[in-house]
Amino acid sequence: MLELIDISLSFGEKQVLHHLNLSLKAGERIAIMGPSGCGKTSLLRVALSLQLPDRGSIQCAAERTAAVFQEPRLLPWRTASENVNLVLSDRVETLPTARKWLERLELGDAFNLYPAELSGGMQQRVSLARALAATPELLVLDEPFKGLDEALRRRVIQVVGESLNRTALLLATHSEEEAQALGCHILRYQDGQFL
Amino acid sequence: MTPDVRKTLRTIAVLLFWLLVWALAARTVGQELLLPSPLQTAQKLLSLMMAADFWLTVARTMLRVLAGILAAVVLGVLLALLTHRSALARALLSPIMTLLKSTPVASFIILALVWLGRSAVPVFIAGLMVLPVVWANVSTGLVRVDPQLMELAAVYKLPRARILSRIIWPSVLPYLRSALRSALGLGWKAGIAAEVLTVPPYSIGKNIFESKLYLETTELFAWTVAVVLLSFLIERVLLLLVEGKKDSHA
Repeated sequence: MLELIDISLSFGEKQVLHHLNLSLKAGERIAIMGPSGCGKTSLLRVALSLQLPDRGSIQCAAERTAAVFQEPRLLPWRTASENVNLVLSDRVETLPTARKWLERLELGDAFNLYPAELSGGMQQRVSLARALAATPELLVLDEPFKGLDEALRRRVIQVVGESLNRTALLLATHSEEEAQALGCHILRYQDGQFL
Repeated sequence: MTPDVRKTLRTIAVLLFWLLVWALAARTVGQELLLPSPLQTAQKLLSLMMAADFWLTVARTMLRVLAGILAAVVLGVLLALLTHRSALARALLSPIMTLLKSTPVASFIILALVWLGRSAVPVFIAGLMVLPVVWANVSTGLVRVDPQLMELAAVYKLPRARILSRIIWPSVLPYLRSALRSALGLGWKAGIAAEVLTVPPYSIGKNIFESKLYLETTELFAWTVAVVLLSFLIERVLLLLVEGKKDSHA
């Protein structure tokens, strides 16, 4: 599904990815764990083809890709439902599907609210609902449960885990518990390399 | 008293104050030929409004100016999209837009009179005044489209039309509104000025020119008041069209 081959990336003097290889098959779940600033987000950005590496190649066979970034990245001029529907047909026929995903993430009261009317945690869940609604073959999550309280975080992780099916998951997290709850194979990452 | 009511009352008070100053000045001068009073101007305007020609004249002037403004908005948006994508197009067009903004409107009116028919000159001139403002503002809006949202669109492989309508257009709209706010008055005034110099049939400009020619000062004032009122009306209606429902979330 996703193959990163001999990837290197530097920002000025700092090398964030160092001859890195990663293979992710359909249905496989990998969590990348490491300290803040070690380059996890850069690795995900390369995987999503949002950042060109200095060297190496990326092969991605996924037709449908979805991502949850550290920021919710919602359109401020669209409601929660419309933000989710954006990655569906963006027509009224798929609004019920968008709302179903919002409901699953306990946002049943927020259908018609704009991002500015939602808390940070709610915005992050809208972003998660959008990613899951896209029924992706490859799902990339960058610290997706940040800002959620403990009980809610567990319920949201459960919903994400149940929704994955054959989706390949690439997760960046600080929390081993999150990685385990999602059934991920954990790769520890430091100084641009897997340990 | 709500702030809105207070604001309206203050506007009316300011208007009354200046009407009073005008009336006092007219009384002091004491010659209608030099400075007609507000009452004489209002009476003349009312008598003009009774004539069928008045409404035809107003309609045709409005049509000319609005056609120019509309064409400039469409062209300005398209050119901004082009120059946003192509550095070469930007390098070629930037000096032209600077030239349009800095050249006196009278020069363009005379040139346009040579190139175009007299009825087309006000259309052309109104558009010419609006075009660089729309282009510059929409270009700024395009540069400021949130790159994070564009990345989101790339990851989810959103169709181009959806990116344009859901991300780019709402991002650019505030800049277009701001352009229209500053350019509408400009286009309207330039369009009327072009009419004064080209005197196309059934035009406000022709009537202003003839009032001046025959020393009909009161009529000149009446037409000027009509222009100011129409300018206010057009600005309100066009901004309402562009803004649609006021949306505090955008």
